[in-house]
Amino acid sequence: MRLFEYTALQIKEKIISGEIRPVDLTKQFIEQIKNIDPHVQAYLSIHEDEALKKAAQIQKKIENAENVGFLAGVPIAIKDNICTKGLHTTCASKILRNFIPPYDACVVKRLKEEDAIILGKTNLDEFAMGSSTENSGYKITRNPWNPEYVPGGSSGGSAAAVAADLSIMALGSDTGGSVRQPAALCGVVGVKPTYGRVSRFGLIAFGSSLDQIGTFTRDVKDAALLLQVIAGHDFHDSTSMPVPVPDYLREIDAGVRGLRIGIPKEYFSAGLNEDVHNALKNVLRKYEQLGANVIDISLPHTEYAVAVYYIVANAEASSNLARYDGVRYGYRASKSNGIVDMYCRTRSEGFGNEVKRRIMLGNYALSSGYYDAYYLKASRVRNLIKGDFDGAFQKVDCIICPTSPVPGFKIGERAKNPLEMYLSDIYTIPANLAGIPGISLPCGFSKEGLPIGMQILGKHFEEKKLLQIAYAFERETDFHRKKPVLKFSLTQK
Amino acid sequence: MKIGKKDIEYIAHLSRIELSETEKETFVCQLSDILSYIEKLNRLNTEAVKPMSCTVNATNVLRDDILESSLSLEEAQFNAPATKGVFFKVPKVIE
Repeated sequence: MRLFEYTALQIKEKIISGEIRPVDLTKQFIEQIKNIDPHVQAYLSIHEDEALKKAAQIQKKIENAENVGFLAGVPIAIKDNICTKGLHTTCASKILRNFIPPYDACVVKRLKEEDAIILGKTNLDEFAMGSSTENSGYKITRNPWNPEYVPGGSSGGSAAAVAADLSIMALGSDTGGSVRQPAALCGVVGVKPTYGRVSRFGLIAFGSSLDQIGTFTRDVKDAALLLQVIAGHDFHDSTSMPVPVPDYLREIDAGVRGLRIGIPKEYFSAGLNEDVHNALKNVLRKYEQLGANVIDISLPHTEYAVAVYYIVANAEASSNLARYDGVRYGYRASKSNGIVDMYCRTRSEGFGNEVKRRIMLGNYALSSGYYDAYYLKASRVRNLIKGDFDGAFQKVDCIICPTSPVPGFKIGERAKNPLEMYLSDIYTIPANLAGIPGISLPCGFSKEGLPIGMQILGKHFEEKKLLQIAYAFERETDFHRKKPVLKFSLTQK
Repeated sequence: MKIGKKDIEYIAHLSRIELSETEKETFVCQLSDILSYIEKLNRLNTEAVKPMSCTVNATNVLRDDILESSLSLEEAQFNAPATKGVFFKVPKVIE
């Protein structure tokens, strides 16, 4: 087994025992990134000096037999919309090309405290707006399983980095599926925690009532490990909840005997790819063998979720992105005629087309005369969608469904039609609207050899149960152990 | 819902975004498509449903007003495109 292929739990053990030295491990990952990433394009920046410095500190602690953190020496990549003090944070937008945050996001602070090694920042759709990472202002990330395909998005860089062994773990953010969908498309485990489980302090805001930081890992136990570090209340984010954080790894092997699994018929209707459908059938068979009860349920307002989302998310985005005015930070147009003209030129030159489209949609939905018809209407339907889940969770303990309706799509295939791209997130958006947690894990492969993801949804703050349910499947299967064979030299453009 | 060039110009103005003529045409089509899709919400009668934006905890969060240290002037101005003394410098505001 190559060093890159160990899980975080395995690496941590080897580091603490002295079998692997953090500096050597970090150097190997940096070298791996330098060799492989020019083909994958997962990273926007690499923090070589900082990573090696941190590794040396941890090495010293171990040599001196001092206590080390929960993630001692484990390499991690961070989506580039999460602030890292003193290091570029661009949101993959030209408007933040030179932005260097003066503080660390809460999650970054916690990773550093637990001795994780931050390798660098990963690519995303500009401001996390997209489902393919094609909307990045800098580069297009490729799916390690097939470079002609997108890695999903918006956290495509983080997902591809973990899939291509360019990091052991990664953080992303999930506003409408941006962790779960790329996790599915890249064949890794992705967790979107409950809204309020993880502090958003230092996560650059997109849709504030939907955004949540989530994890990318090679397996479910690593997801438990990483969530343990980032979960919990934070004084600086008043929407983070003071709810106790359980020990996620303890009892992770509790099993699913007697568990009631809900299968929403709306998620298995027209438009679902046959390979994905078959993979999910096998998943349900496996859970039944393991002693769970599979129950048909209905989430009747599912078909309205995408429409609600593109009003709510964009309305919030249009307000959040009003701050990019070329005054206090970020890009400013070089020539202008007065301040309003400066704002307009700065934003027109700094934002990409998808961001402009969403800001305009959001402002339209909030504008005088349209607010009731769009924003208020969407907020009411959002309540109905949450009600669907509340009702379902009275009958079942969790819901299992596909993460994405298709195993993947090619670069360029959906880029011309924004609406078609929006429908990529049809199975992930409802969880954000309802604030509930979700996990995506590998559960099969398509005929073309692309990974397929299944999604488990649960009640608010029941991440522990989701991890147990996911682990019950994972330990019986080896989909998560399959690795992409990198074929970039053949198709590199 | 079909929107026209005038609507796009109005929204672009609200958004402080300038568009070329070609961009306006593209956005007229794309935004019309998206808004037509969104119209499906009108099939639902929601008169009795309360609007919701807060899914987990709908109570206000208050805290004591405690004096804390904040960013230094240097840190606060570090990313600014232009500064003068303790201020952010901008183009002229009054015509």
